[in-house]
Amino acid sequence: MSLTTGKITGVNGNMVTVAVTGNIMQNEVAYIIKGKERLKSEIVRIGDGVAFLQVFESTKGLLIGDLVEFSGQLLSVQLGPGLLTQIYDGLQNPLPEIAKEYGFFLPRGVEKKPLDDEKLWEFTPAVKKGDLVTGGSVVGHVPEGIFQHAIMIPFDFSGEFVIEEIVAAGKYAIKDTICRIKDNRDKIFEIAMTFRWPVKIPIKAYRDKIVPTEPLVTQARIIDTFFPVAKGGTFCIPGPFGAGKTVLQHILSRHATADIIVVAACGERAGEVVELLREFPVLEDPRTGKTLMDRTIIICNTSSMPVAAREASVYTAVTLAEYYRQMGLDVLLLADSTSRWAQAMRELSGRLEEIPGEEAFPAYLESRIAEFYERAGLVQLYNGKTGSLTIGGTVSPAGGNFEEPVTQSTLKVVSAFLGLSRDRANARRFPSIHPLESWSKYESFIDKNIIIEARELLRRGNEVNQMMMVVGEEGTSMDDFELYLKSEFLDSVYLQQNAFDPVDAASNRERQKHVFNVVRKILETDFRLETKEEARTIFYRLRQIFIDWNYIDMKSAEFKTQEDEINKLIEEHSENEKGV
Amino acid sequence: MRKVYNKILNIVGNVITVKATDVSYEELAEITTARGKSLAQVIKLDGDLVSLQVFAGTKGISVNDEVRFLGHPMMVTFSDDMLGRIFDGAGNPRDKGPLLTENMIPVAGPAVNPAKRIIPNRMIRTNIPMIDVFNSLVVSQKLPIFSISGEPYNELLARVALQAQVDMIILGGIGLKYDEYMKFKFTLEQGGALSRSVFFVNTASDPIVESLMVPDLALAVAERFALKGKDVLVLLTDMTNFSDALKEIAITMEQVPSNRGYPGDLYSQLAARYEKAVDFEEAGSITVLAVTTMPGDDVTHPVPDNTGYITEGQFYLHHGYIDPFGSLSRLKQNVNSEKRSRKDHRAIMDGMIQLYAQFIETEEKRSMGFRMSDWDQKLLKYGGMFRSQMMDLSVNISLEDALDRGWKILAECFKPEETRMRTELIKEFWPNGAK
Repeated sequence: MSLTTGKITGVNGNMVTVAVTGNIMQNEVAYIIKGKERLKSEIVRIGDGVAFLQVFESTKGLLIGDLVEFSGQLLSVQLGPGLLTQIYDGLQNPLPEIAKEYGFFLPRGVEKKPLDDEKLWEFTPAVKKGDLVTGGSVVGHVPEGIFQHAIMIPFDFSGEFVIEEIVAAGKYAIKDTICRIKDNRDKIFEIAMTFRWPVKIPIKAYRDKIVPTEPLVTQARIIDTFFPVAKGGTFCIPGPFGAGKTVLQHILSRHATADIIVVAACGERAGEVVELLREFPVLEDPRTGKTLMDRTIIICNTSSMPVAAREASVYTAVTLAEYYRQMGLDVLLLADSTSRWAQAMRELSGRLEEIPGEEAFPAYLESRIAEFYERAGLVQLYNGKTGSLTIGGTVSPAGGNFEEPVTQSTLKVVSAFLGLSRDRANARRFPSIHPLESWSKYESFIDKNIIIEARELLRRGNEVNQMMMVVGEEGTSMDDFELYLKSEFLDSVYLQQNAFDPVDAASNRERQKHVFNVVRKILETDFRLETKEEARTIFYRLRQIFIDWNYIDMKSAEFKTQEDEINKLIEEHSENEKGV
Repeated sequence: MRKVYNKILNIVGNVITVKATDVSYEELAEITTARGKSLAQVIKLDGDLVSLQVFAGTKGISVNDEVRFLGHPMMVTFSDDMLGRIFDGAGNPRDKGPLLTENMIPVAGPAVNPAKRIIPNRMIRTNIPMIDVFNSLVVSQKLPIFSISGEPYNELLARVALQAQVDMIILGGIGLKYDEYMKFKFTLEQGGALSRSVFFVNTASDPIVESLMVPDLALAVAERFALKGKDVLVLLTDMTNFSDALKEIAITMEQVPSNRGYPGDLYSQLAARYEKAVDFEEAGSITVLAVTTMPGDDVTHPVPDNTGYITEGQFYLHHGYIDPFGSLSRLKQNVNSEKRSRKDHRAIMDGMIQLYAQFIETEEKRSMGFRMSDWDQKLLKYGGMFRSQMMDLSVNISLEDALDRGWKILAECFKPEETRMRTELIKEFWPNGAK
């Protein structure tokens, strides 16, 4: 079949119009041929004999009449063993490989193979001749780092197929045929360890999507206890610049207890990605003993890289994440920042001269954001296992104002909202998630009613604080003052967490439950307080001991001694001698 | 020989349209008018209709003027001969020196591969305590000064340029007032730094389209010097003028504005420039220090807002001081640790700011007429000393001297335990030996 070709008739920024006569389809990939360079682009609109392309590279130097080749394929990624530890650009080109060949700068019009064709993998079959399979069925495994990577029948094979032949255990490259399957009309298909999947089409090779209930432990106390995220759930982190969005994302990517982390650095600072690139290969994951990189894929399309590829990068990331979910793993996708992705859509929409919606964002912004987050989920696979994909996106609202289209569209579709506050960031209260404005629809591993009470205390403490600013400490009753000190205490020792301390940075489920019980005890104790000065001293003392406690490893003997110290202090000052 | 066209179809704002073939996107053209020659750049191709933005503006262009396409995009000369020279936004000399046409390089080149970047960890010392101690500037950082008209931001920029330990300074002046430009020139000349500087200056009276080119020219040249191993400091003032020029062209081209008239790609446009800041593995570096004036002192205005999301922190310049609140260097952690700086650096940084924050509260209380306690009096004394001996822009001392001065101020105002400093540091650094 000969490929359709066309000629450029117009250039406007990264939007190119092409006169074309053959068959083309929406979202098909096309290449603009410029000498040796092949500029990848995607059809975003089709008119009468005209294709509108968004070009994933700089359009500098293009001429009217330049040749365009259409590929007949949708924009897709390659799936197979070897994806983990990779650093890709938004179109799945491996950046370290490009650096090896081209040096400091990103060349235009170059494509690199995402996976190594030659590398041999130790394959173990999981099916035998005569077994029935369908798209998504596992036919064998290869070890990939710390995981058994499932080799699956490509997801678009629908209906039943019979295994005609499967290779014996041994070493194979990803392009080798490892099995042959037959459909009910006796047509034979050859299956390799790798296949492609279009990024904008969700992978649905599973039996059922089920409601996420089990928490994904992030080891950040304020999230896990107060605003939990479920495995297979969605959450968003909006915040003005300087509030610590990216730092929080980095903390999550390090400590969250998911099997696989996919980081999509979308339109943000290159420097931030460099931290991940340089540190993850040397940081140890305490749960596996391997480096963090072993469970990570980084998709990196930073702000100075071409805008259209930024739009694609989010889809590339979610597709790779879905692929690992199909193996029954818990995958966490962190997208930083979805606002840059939305802006990329806005730029494209403007060039297409579409009628703009609010703040010039396209009218379909909301549905695109919804479609993206809907790709998260807890699924039951054909083999009965479950896999989950949790999606968390940061949002960078213009002017830090949450009443803007991207934040609002996101809030409609996510189930947890971790709003960052500039005031908390300025007061160095990290993570700067606002405890009164944030919410989550998921359930924590700590009883719901207890959490409601704790939040109520924070709210009232805040009210007292506001009041004190007007009437001063003198005009505040002792009960109110105690309430205020308690809420400050809860904030300082539990909501805030020191990301730079090796122990405090990650607090597991067991520790959170244990520590929160002690916090609760303090909050519920009636303290014997004579003067405000005395009250302040007692609480500051408690705070100091407690923060020190946060820095002590739970397995060490000191942990218990420090806890006794806290209990002693509570009893000394409790109204009721035995405490509560 | 390139074809010459002499039929201009449309002139709208600073954009003209001609019918032409074989023209490439972003190619340059030369327009010859009765008033002289001007460069123009292709910004849209639609069949055989070519739209160009004219650098010198369209005033006085007649429909029969000659448009000659040059067959290449915007280029700039690059050589050591540029040192000490001053160019305009089209890359032509604005001093009396010769035209340089050797070794032309394209501007606005491709992005740096993130896999080739390294984590920056070299401090740039400026001898300004508010920077060195409290928000250290780091090689390859991109940092704007957020300010308002009337503040001495250009003086600050010139001083940093003069005192910073870098190999080269490249100034990009965008819509710079003529006297400000002369002041820059004078300051660097006096400081003996002109011979290691290159200026690209578009003044307020120069054509606005030319101002759009200034950052690209400055950064393209900086990039080449950095690749040759030089540590280059690029100063861009004022990026709000640059954004306004973008806005003007976008509106002329009938693009849908996104926020207060600015084009939807403002973020990408600014990022493409700021992200040129880099520390090359085994070569030099580019550090970008820019000025962003905030219209109406409003940080949520699209220009400072988008800038804040791109840059690695910001310095707020308010009432002649670098404001310790809001100012932030996101990379300071990379250079102020015990390993890379003096061991009391972080403690002084945090401790003095916390006390200054308390002083501000006390100052507010005082202005509301509350009675001042002994502690309040101490804070008031401290705040005054901190302002005059640390924050004042005329203070010009090394990082180590500034740290020592910090301890001295603390010792003059407080008892050791009132400062919340770690005991170990107090033992070592408290002047005249603390108990």
